[in-house]
Amino acid sequence: MSTLEVSPSEPLTPASAHSVVNDFSIQVATVNGSGSQTANTVLMRSIFQMGIPVSGKNMFPSNIAGLPTWFTIRASKHGYIGRRKEIDLLVAMNPETAREDVLKLDSGAAVVYDEPLKLNELRSDLHFYPVPFDKLVAPVCPEAKLRKLVRNMIYDGVMAWLLSIEMNEVHKALVKQFGKRKAKAAELNWGAAQAGYDFAAKTLTKTDPYRVERMNETAGKIIIDGNAACALGAMFAGVTVVTWYPITPSSSLVETLIGYMKRFRHDPETGKSTYAIVQAEDELASIGMALGAGWAGARSMTATAGPGISLMSEFIGLGYYAELPAVIFDVERVGPSTGLPTRTQQGDLLSVALCSHGDTKHPMYFPCSPEECFSMAIDAFDFAEYFQTPTFVMTDLDLGMNNWMADPFQYPDKPIRRGKVLGAEDLNKLGSFARYKDVDGDGVGYRTLPGTDHAAASYFTRGSGHNEKAQYTEREDDYIHNMDRLAHKFECMRQRLPEPAVNLVPGAKIGFVAVGTSDYAVRESCDQLKNECQIDASYLRLKAYPFSDHLVDFIGRHDRIYVVDQNRDAQLLGLMRLELDPAMLAKLHSLRYYGGLPLDARTVTDEVVKQEGK
Amino acid sequence: MSTTHVPPPKKVNRIGLEVLPYKGSKTTLCAGCGHNAISERIVECFYELGVQPWTVAKFSGIGCSSKSPAYFLGLSHGFNGVHGRMPAIATGAMLANRNLLGLGVTGDGDTASIGIGQFMHLVRRNLPMIYVIENNGVYGLTKGQFSATADLGSTLKSGMPNDLPPFDCCALGLKWGATFVARSFSGDKKQLQAILKTAISHHGLSIIDVISPCVTFNDHEGSTKSYSYMKDHEEMLHELDYVPFYEDISVEIPEGTVTEVQMHDGSKLRIRKLDRDFDPTDRLAALAALEEAEKKGEVLTGVLYVNTQKPTFLELLNLPDQAIATLPESSVRPPKTVLDQVMEELR
Repeated sequence: MSTLEVSPSEPLTPASAHSVVNDFSIQVATVNGSGSQTANTVLMRSIFQMGIPVSGKNMFPSNIAGLPTWFTIRASKHGYIGRRKEIDLLVAMNPETAREDVLKLDSGAAVVYDEPLKLNELRSDLHFYPVPFDKLVAPVCPEAKLRKLVRNMIYDGVMAWLLSIEMNEVHKALVKQFGKRKAKAAELNWGAAQAGYDFAAKTLTKTDPYRVERMNETAGKIIIDGNAACALGAMFAGVTVVTWYPITPSSSLVETLIGYMKRFRHDPETGKSTYAIVQAEDELASIGMALGAGWAGARSMTATAGPGISLMSEFIGLGYYAELPAVIFDVERVGPSTGLPTRTQQGDLLSVALCSHGDTKHPMYFPCSPEECFSMAIDAFDFAEYFQTPTFVMTDLDLGMNNWMADPFQYPDKPIRRGKVLGAEDLNKLGSFARYKDVDGDGVGYRTLPGTDHAAASYFTRGSGHNEKAQYTEREDDYIHNMDRLAHKFECMRQRLPEPAVNLVPGAKIGFVAVGTSDYAVRESCDQLKNECQIDASYLRLKAYPFSDHLVDFIGRHDRIYVVDQNRDAQLLGLMRLELDPAMLAKLHSLRYYGGLPLDARTVTDEVVKQEGK
Repeated sequence: MSTTHVPPPKKVNRIGLEVLPYKGSKTTLCAGCGHNAISERIVECFYELGVQPWTVAKFSGIGCSSKSPAYFLGLSHGFNGVHGRMPAIATGAMLANRNLLGLGVTGDGDTASIGIGQFMHLVRRNLPMIYVIENNGVYGLTKGQFSATADLGSTLKSGMPNDLPPFDCCALGLKWGATFVARSFSGDKKQLQAILKTAISHHGLSIIDVISPCVTFNDHEGSTKSYSYMKDHEEMLHELDYVPFYEDISVEIPEGTVTEVQMHDGSKLRIRKLDRDFDPTDRLAALAALEEAEKKGEVLTGVLYVNTQKPTFLELLNLPDQAIATLPESSVRPPKTVLDQVMEELR
């Protein structure tokens, strides 16, 4: 807020002399269930269509209607699309939170508010724009019961005028949002947006400095949430059995998948489904079905969140020990227990990595963007079948449920690989096989599918002790041999998983290590540290667990490593502790945020500055 | 004494297999365990009907009963899963490959306690598979605790009485919409064979609750799941005969004493009346009969209910005839044009 240095008591003067272009955050405070999501998406999309990098984040309650919701839209000419801590423009539509929302703003911010709330009486160091929403909505929406939903579109018009968003882009975004089938609704909302714009143009005087200017940074890009991206990845991976139990924030992953599968995965001649999707009775059943399907040769998956992982843990141990493929999408939310179901966290890293009793370890992918959700989902299915093990794709609520700007997804360039499966012809040649024998040196045995038309195909799968031939055993040497092979298999996964993204800054003494959505804050923080504090920082973003060997090299090159965790207990750092040479551990410093909001750059920067003693 | 020894021709079934491929490894259960008798019946039935062993998938949970799939059908894939959740594994496997013949074996602990929820939902879905409950009223593998099917007032070996009423898995199955419900006794070879064979022919979920005494922990005087209790209290609903579809036997059926149920694969279940009129297609009658038997302290055995019309879960899912697990890439990965279309929609 360097452009506006005013004391709280001093009234503001029109700021026509300077302006802040394409670099601001808007916060819209509404009541959930009031249709504000449409208005917010249209506002975000309008800015996106003007070529300006933009992101939208929905902070919503665990509730269906009537509780406060905040939606933040960030426009950034620099391409920063992580959450920004500071709010520049507030749209205060919720009487219950309006007062607190206004009091929290930094001096110089702008407030669009419902006139009767008289928010302008609260402070004198903000730009206030009163709007009589009820008066404006009545003439454009004759049907009284629809007014609650249409009313929000008025602030889109007001914001368009305030920020110089082109109204034809608002119209385009509206039409896109409602689709052809809801043309009437689009028209009604367009009337409201226009009413807002006209009112603002006639009545308001702009005093704040924020506005947009057309750029060309979003051409060709798509807007999508991470859950939808995972769903598309699963469909193009050729998933055949999907079992799930609804849980926030993962439900929309499967719901979106159902929509796409219904459109694109039916045999054109017979009309039959080339997949089965089952809403199970609970997570115990959904994981059991996924593993049963994987055992019988299907590409199977489930999607859940932390509480679901807890419930699945016994079965996941069976999957590890009996060596059954399945892909598990974990869209992390704030725990423990029910926690904050609609807030984001990277809180399941440890519980997933070591899920279940006994010695178990599981591979995890850490996508940070919709593009990676798509490509890693596809890869995870190949991986799970190759290594015959439950494979996790770890996203979080921020990535899964928020809308992101993304490059169009790349069609997979490799055919589907189904792993080591012996068919009847193979068995004719081999005569027999030993299910858990490490024939190729990578710890992965050959399997057969039930129903294989061959007398030598069968074997017995069990979660109890078994030898190479899948026979029951309680022998010490058999047990150790098998567990050592599983450990070796896990080591071999390390080479097969995606390499980290590394940005080595010459001369940097410090480096960041992070996973997933921490990426946006860390990258922006690297710039802040350089520009504001002259601190150079390298950055390694891990894309998978078990970790790449590059991690060791990266740590070796720096004096101090800040391991970024979106959880209280430094779980990523904890996992690194389990893997790394103890001599390296002294270099690791923890940087944690766990309040449930997407991590922002300022939090990262402030913490590094504090720990660096600058 | 003759010098040339001609071995007798080997006995094979209609697909040319001897009985040996239908057997499994040696049982590790106690001598005299009812479960071993059930395993033997399974071997006989699958052999006699000429079921190709490698089309069968065996499923079980945890417990003595759940160990038994290792002791029959050694040429079939088997999956011994986690406690009470065999239905989930079986459901997943059957979704992946609808052409498998699913055979689940479970116990009263596995089904009526930890697994009651999964059992309930398996019934609700009418997943086409056989679900055998080896019911002995006791936890054998953990050495003799009551299960949820133990009768009120029955005692542990130590004499401790059970003060909670039992779950009747047949009554529950009927209530939840099961399409084939039968109860038998591990000691009744003929009846159990007929029921198992009918279950193999049934198009839908077959619940077979078999009273199967635990000789070590629940075969004493205070038990209501002992051999001697069953001898004294079993009440057969009817006599059963199974006529497979490939045996075209036309027998003159004396009116009023024998009824026939035509199964999905063309086989027939012939039901010979004993001392009561009982229609196994009448669900309410079955529930009433169970209720009445319970009051009298009888254990009713036979086919309680058959419904050959209800669609199975796999039919509701509109699955193709072949296994979806092994569909080719061209069927399961949409072409690039689809991705392009979706990307365009998201712009």
